[in-house]
Amino acid sequence: MKGIKKLWFGLCILALLSPIGLMASGTAWGEWGAEEFSKMLGYVPQGLARFSDLWKAPLPDYGVPGIGEVTGYVLSAFLGIALILIITWGIGKVLANRAEQ
Amino acid sequence: MHIPDGYLSPSTCAVMYAVAAPFWYRATKKVKQVLTTRMVPLLSIFAAFSFVIMMFNIPVPDGTTAHAVGGTLMAIVLGPWAATLGVSIALMVQAIFFGDGGILAFGANCFNMAIVLPFVGFAVYRAICANAPSGSWRHWLGGAIGSYAGINAASLCAAIEFGIQPLLFHTSSGAPLYCPYGLTQAIPAMMLAHLTVAGIAEMVVTAGAIAFLQKTMPVIMALRVGKGVRS
Repeated sequence: MKGIKKLWFGLCILALLSPIGLMASGTAWGEWGAEEFSKMLGYVPQGLARFSDLWKAPLPDYGVPGIGEVTGYVLSAFLGIALILIITWGIGKVLANRAEQ
Repeated sequence: MHIPDGYLSPSTCAVMYAVAAPFWYRATKKVKQVLTTRMVPLLSIFAAFSFVIMMFNIPVPDGTTAHAVGGTLMAIVLGPWAATLGVSIALMVQAIFFGDGGILAFGANCFNMAIVLPFVGFAVYRAICANAPSGSWRHWLGGAIGSYAGINAASLCAAIEFGIQPLLFHTSSGAPLYCPYGLTQAIPAMMLAHLTVAGIAEMVVTAGAIAFLQKTMPVIMALRVGKGVRS
């Protein structure tokens, strides 16, 4: 499809600008970690403490260990785009009908 | 709006997976019918756009942050079932690789942002633009209002999921086990964030993207015109 390159280009610009999202300090409502709860409430709800660290994401909060916050955020944006590209490509292989090519 | 693990009881999480599952199933069936090989790159683009746009945190007056989602935009261009699939993929990558949103809570997050959001957004959009030609201003206006409705409906669902936790799940002494905030705290807090900043961001992103596509790539906006009255 013509012009789709333009959209990818726009997406790359957005990824480069993503660190703007780091300027907002604070956490989204209901996305606090266990340690933030002990500060806010003076305790951590039992079940929350039990399940909050169930999964250890390799790049928590879109940060890359050992790299500056801003660079890590941009790298995370590009990595996320790449992962989505791979997954949708795979889904396309399985699902897309070829009749209308 | 990405609920982390630990905020919802395992039983709530199970219920939300069970609610989301038939939508995922139907989404793959529906998308199989309408998705041509040519459209796969568009699904990638819009899923990736949703992923990146969610990284733009915007401060909320109460000291928290919120963000746009881009799910209604995807529903308008590719249809609501494709949006369910696309946003779910973005949420999966966020949960697994970046710890944004829980693994147990993935069903709930998909229900809110990948199901309620695009379907409500699309329904409102469709009511506004009906059979307007693909270049009509009614598309971006419908997109603006629809996306505002969609993100707020999603946020209300998340608030209810948070808010019922202390009511349903507490220790024998009454201490909350999971999310400690009830409906009277969760609903105003979530709605403040989304009726104001996140809702407006979603409107600007959706209307802006539609106007941009109409101008520069009308073929994309025309994909679903004529199909607009159906889902």
